[in-house]
Amino acid sequence: MQLTLWTYEGPPHIGAMRVATAMKGLHYVLHAPQGDTYADLLFTMIERRNQRPPVTYTTFQARDLGGDTAELFKTAAREAYERFKPQAMIVGASCTAELIQDDPGGLAAALNLPVPVVALELPAYQRKENWGASETFYQLVRALCMPHVPQPGTTQERDAGTRVRCNVLGPTALGFRHRDDLREVLDLLRRLQVDINVVAPLDATPHDLTRLGEANFNVVLYPEVASQAAQWLLRSFGQAIVKTVPIGVGATREFIREVAALSGADPTELLNDSRARSPWYAKSVDSTYLTGKRVFVFGDATHVVTAARIAAHELGFQVVGLGTYSREFAREVREAAKLYGVEALITDDYLEVEERVAALQPELVLGTQMERHIAKRLGIPCAVISAPMHVQDFPARHAPQMGFEGANVIFDAWVHPLMMGLEEHLLTMFRGDFEFHDGASPSHLGSAARPAPETAHAATIAAAVAEAVETTDVAVAEPVTVAATWTNDAEKELKKIPFFVRGKARRNTEAYAGERGLTPITVETLYDAKAHYSR
Amino acid sequence: MNGRVIELQSAAADGCASAPVLRERGQREVFCGLTGIVWLHRKIQDAFFLVIGSRTCAHLIQSAAGVMIFAEPRFATAIIDERDLAGLADAQDELDRVVARLLERRSDIRTLFLVGSCPSEVIKLDLSRAALRLSQRFAPQVRVLNYSGSGIETTFTQGEDACLASLVPGLPAEPAGAAPSLVVVGALADVVEDQFARLLAQIGITRVGFLPARRSDAMPAVGPNTRYLLAQPFLADTARALEQRGARRIAAPFPLGVEGTSRWLEAAAAAFGTDAQTVGVVTQAARTRATAALQRQRSVLEGKSIFFFPDSQLEPPLARFLSRELGMRLTEVGTPYLHREHLAEELALLPAEARLSEGQHVEKQLDRCRVAQPDIVVCGLGLANPLEAEGLTTKWAIELVFTPIQGYEQAADLAELFARPLRRRELLAA
Repeated sequence: MQLTLWTYEGPPHIGAMRVATAMKGLHYVLHAPQGDTYADLLFTMIERRNQRPPVTYTTFQARDLGGDTAELFKTAAREAYERFKPQAMIVGASCTAELIQDDPGGLAAALNLPVPVVALELPAYQRKENWGASETFYQLVRALCMPHVPQPGTTQERDAGTRVRCNVLGPTALGFRHRDDLREVLDLLRRLQVDINVVAPLDATPHDLTRLGEANFNVVLYPEVASQAAQWLLRSFGQAIVKTVPIGVGATREFIREVAALSGADPTELLNDSRARSPWYAKSVDSTYLTGKRVFVFGDATHVVTAARIAAHELGFQVVGLGTYSREFAREVREAAKLYGVEALITDDYLEVEERVAALQPELVLGTQMERHIAKRLGIPCAVISAPMHVQDFPARHAPQMGFEGANVIFDAWVHPLMMGLEEHLLTMFRGDFEFHDGASPSHLGSAARPAPETAHAATIAAAVAEAVETTDVAVAEPVTVAATWTNDAEKELKKIPFFVRGKARRNTEAYAGERGLTPITVETLYDAKAHYSR
Repeated sequence: MNGRVIELQSAAADGCASAPVLRERGQREVFCGLTGIVWLHRKIQDAFFLVIGSRTCAHLIQSAAGVMIFAEPRFATAIIDERDLAGLADAQDELDRVVARLLERRSDIRTLFLVGSCPSEVIKLDLSRAALRLSQRFAPQVRVLNYSGSGIETTFTQGEDACLASLVPGLPAEPAGAAPSLVVVGALADVVEDQFARLLAQIGITRVGFLPARRSDAMPAVGPNTRYLLAQPFLADTARALEQRGARRIAAPFPLGVEGTSRWLEAAAAAFGTDAQTVGVVTQAARTRATAALQRQRSVLEGKSIFFFPDSQLEPPLARFLSRELGMRLTEVGTPYLHREHLAEELALLPAEARLSEGQHVEKQLDRCRVAQPDIVVCGLGLANPLEAEGLTTKWAIELVFTPIQGYEQAADLAELFARPLRRRELLAA
């Protein structure tokens, strides 16, 4: 048993729903008890879809158990076919139905429906949402493409001289900016003279999936969803995989080169696309204040790896920590972490992430909606880079993460929560100004200035810790056991340091004093420590 | 289409009391009882709700809470994993470990509810045994109770029923020969509870308790001289448990709208020997205010037709309020479960043309709704946007559970919840 306050991913059948809902002409019959229909609202409310997900739930009840739950499933599957007339169906069990072992696949097969029916085995007590999406997509691709796989030894017939075609794999319903990313990527591919064979799962029909083998190569936008299917297509049809995920300017250029090599197009013009504004914005002197900002990155593997690269190489931040809840991609994230000299945090335990953020005291958190709340409690600016999805992650405007426009969007989204350059300096210089107290947020974010509360002159560490615990609403920081004492003057001086680095200054100073046995900590000790740690 | 024509009875003097009910089963587009935790954990301020379930349960509560809650929530899920299922870990030991970790983090907790789910029920995890053992271990600091919010047994608001029923055996006993007391049963917004406490005191009923109380040490006492008054229509098990403690129910309609609130208070007053006239005097000002406020909403709602998909069991009293006080036309009034005894007063007041349906086959019901083309549809979150996209106007049913709607002062707010989508549609069309 695992104690869970918030979960980063839903159960695996939610992943299957993301695939089914993205597609057209596919219907999902889910053996599930009453209540599991909550999943519909993820799509109709969070994503604001104007149609119900194509899912039929059997809604079994306690009184059905040991009785006719299997019959219930068959009735639901038959009715769903008759009502929706899909090109293909997927069938499976949610967590509870898995326990009653009705075998939806076998039951559906017994119905002899006149369309392909793909049975899903999604172990709900071991796996999670992204795995479920990946497995569902893979099983669908495999089932629908299998009849078209060439015999071993034969090669695909492709007309010479025709333009190169590719599939774009990975975008689903309820995906983080998938709709907008797709538009950017399709534009890049078009400008590299690549024709699109099939985009899947988003807006694809089961019939479209049968044609996947006709492409020359596959572009995998979200490895969490499409890697497994692309690997199978590589083995079965010999289709190369474009693996670079074009998030960030550097990665977008790499993606362009990788595709150009496959299509034979000249990438020069596209590589210097004038719409890529973020590199110049980052060079602009106004951005100097971004230098060395300490960032913590957490989310799904794809977005974390790409975000860390952007942070370090395109914005000049310092990555002080990164991690993912995507255990399936732990290896890739650990590799990425090495590039920045940090250890990756691989966990789906929200409390662990919270502890790590509290310990690292970053100046910016790039995370999910969960980290947004962690950051809010700790008073740290935050930008959201990854699922789990929130209604705010479906903006009305075009807001991609991929391609050059995606890089522009990211520049704005990450820089916006931070203090503006000159504002930060003014804040440092005029600590005494009542509008510049700790609770004040960046002026451009628009909350009215409130007078700073009276601060006690002889603040002790215990009081400060107590205050921190109180304002964060959750006991994240274990009470510090060191009994460092500060003189009143040193405490006052410490207060003049901007609040977002004060925690670090306090810890560094105490560590410095502790190592040297200096007590109490004076103004001199504070500045000695500052000089000692200055980079 | 599968739309089924429902036999309509000619207008009967007893309203809908003997009207036929369309009973259906099929896919249900309703939440399970776990969802009640979303409001119960705010209502009982020193209680924590630990669901013993799957990742689906955790995901459900998180999603039903809409947005993630800013403060650390007083609920969590102990997610059962394959080790528990394979018997590699003793589920009871695992539960002890999880509860110990939880209570260590939250020393402010006085009542811990172990909440059963579909998976825990199917694997027959004995939570009552766990609650007993853990109660002994953490007494007197923490009392541990258990109930089931599983979807195989409970629909949405039945989770609150199960929770409150689990509280009843532990309620303090009224000593024999105690003066008569009143317990108002069903979670109400604090502001509503305070209004009712004031009105009941003015009527002359002073020994009043509320179940659930806001704190674990303030739960009402109960005994043979206790009369209880349901504030919510979905509390069958709680009522049964209270009867076992000797309390007796005061039959009344539910306090929605001016009429419902008056009749509810009058029923309480009658049970305590106060006449309706006294109630009339006490409530005069509030009734006048509420009636005037309702008139403004009536101009929007009068003559408009409404269709209820089943959600919270609040549907019959809501339909009664909307038809009798606002002049709305009822088409279908769907409810997940129709408790005839507790709803007898409501059904008698419902106009006979209302079509009652119980249970759900969502596809067939959607067909009927499309045929009816009502002016407004009350439905769950999974159906609202798709129906809007089809051109129908909708009201999210869940808001009716999360908003203070009972009593005089909230009557116009309740009407406004239905008027707003209609006004909005007009604004956007202009």
